Amino acid sequence: MGQKIDPDLWSDDAKPHLMGGRLPSGEIVFPMPQGDAAKDVEPYKLSRHGTLWSWTSQGFLPKEPYEGPGSGPDEGPPDFVPFLLGYVELPGEVIVESRIVDATLDDLTLGMPLEFCIVPFNATHDTYAFRPMRSAQEKAA
Amino acid sequence: MSENVYIIGAGIHPFGRTEERSGREQGVYAVREALKDAGLEWADMECAYGGSAAAGNADIMVNELGLTSLPFTNVANGCATGGSALVAAQQAIASGMYDLALAVGFDKHPRGAFNAKPSDYGLPEWYGQTGMMLTTQFFALKIQRYMQLHGISRTTLGRVAEKAFRNGAKAPHAWRRSEIDLETIMNAPMINDPLTKFMFCAPAEGGVALILASEKKAKELGALEPGKSAKIANIAVRTRPPDSFEVFQAGVSIKEGGKPTVVASKAAFEGAGIGPDDIEVAQLQDTESGAEIMHMAENGFCADGDQEEWLANGWSNLDGKLPINTDGGCLACGEPIGASGLRQIYENVEQLRGRAGERQVAGRDGSGPKTGYSHVYGAPGLSAVAILER
Repeated sequence: MGQKIDPDLWSDDAKPHLMGGRLPSGEIVFPMPQGDAAKDVEPYKLSRHGTLWSWTSQGFLPKEPYEGPGSGPDEGPPDFVPFLLGYVELPGEVIVESRIVDATLDDLTLGMPLEFCIVPFNATHDTYAFRPMRSAQEKAA
Repeated sequence: MSENVYIIGAGIHPFGRTEERSGREQGVYAVREALKDAGLEWADMECAYGGSAAAGNADIMVNELGLTSLPFTNVANGCATGGSALVAAQQAIASGMYDLALAVGFDKHPRGAFNAKPSDYGLPEWYGQTGMMLTTQFFALKIQRYMQLHGISRTTLGRVAEKAFRNGAKAPHAWRRSEIDLETIMNAPMINDPLTKFMFCAPAEGGVALILASEKKAKELGALEPGKSAKIANIAVRTRPPDSFEVFQAGVSIKEGGKPTVVASKAAFEGAGIGPDDIEVAQLQDTESGAEIMHMAENGFCADGDQEEWLANGWSNLDGKLPINTDGGCLACGEPIGASGLRQIYENVEQLRGRAGERQVAGRDGSGPKTGYSHVYGAPGLSAVAILER
């Protein structure tokens, strides 16, 4: 495991949760607000399960401040690894933007169930992602 | 609003890449074109508003244009820079304080997608570090969901781009001036699924200037004669309502929120006292082909899903029932942020004054359009709509 891309982005539980915030109104937000905006906002462990709200692919190397493969001083577009991302609706909570892993574009459909996971991001850091729910059988195994 | 306001001069520096001129020099060029168009001198200008996103302050232009001591206000409002400059110029005249005002926008961006700093948008660093802070992704994510919910096909996305390049080929100020066939557009490299390379606009360069006049001044200058000016019926700039889905959001509310475009559009129509059916030519923000499709509905020109039929039947072509993005829009002109919104107004002025040449639309009665509508959208969720009449 690498370092977390942000120390407060997800919980350190055995089964980690993405961290959101609960506003005094009860509304759940993501990410947890920072600085003065965090006043009266309670850290809130978001659900590990959600459904796919929308998705796309990233087919070119993003400019700064991207720190993934291809961004290093001796690297360039040939070192970039395309990835999938999307919005995942956590029922009753909030819709979060996330990488999507263990899937191809063809696998993705609106509303499909997804689960939270932590994935390696670059040589030193991990980030969060969602992946298709494994079948009940696999889960039992 | 105490006074009617007219656009009596319009100037543009061609969009695209002009190595030998800075962004501001392109702005100065546009101002000189607008002055020539209005038959005025720089010394006649009573006040000015303008800006750019990446090419410096506008007020430095006085060095080149002349040290006449006029008040020159810099505007920095992202994608709405042009729209906000126009609003300020309009208000200066409508208030009765001035009779002549300038609105100018220009820009010059490096090649490739825009890069944004998370802290500038109040976002944590990880959002940029992990590669999620790209405007192109937002547009792909928004249209992907829209296509699923409203049955829009990938071919329709391609048709929007095909139309843009067809129109751009007829616009002297456009950047991309050759037609591209549907098959080439559809088979181009995928940038952010479902959008291919030719379905995205690129950052570019360019400048636009407009000269606004009070009714009294316009009359004095003979600008109220047919084909000499366009009247500003209404302008509305609106930031986002609660629970909306916008560019650069790591989290979105589960509540179905409003949209800044819908809010701005309604306000502009209400202010102008007309509705979407009364519009005869429209310029809608088309940073990618999905945006034009969604903005057709958000601005009230069709119902969600009807775009499939519109594009298949050519209803938004130059000879269609509502020609949209008649100069090829951002797709063919590129997007110099500070100038882009004013380019739309420029194009509507040309159409309303019957000066659009090969791309001139006929209007309902064949005498040219009587109303023109323009719309921009940008971060952090804001829209500007302007309705012109002749």
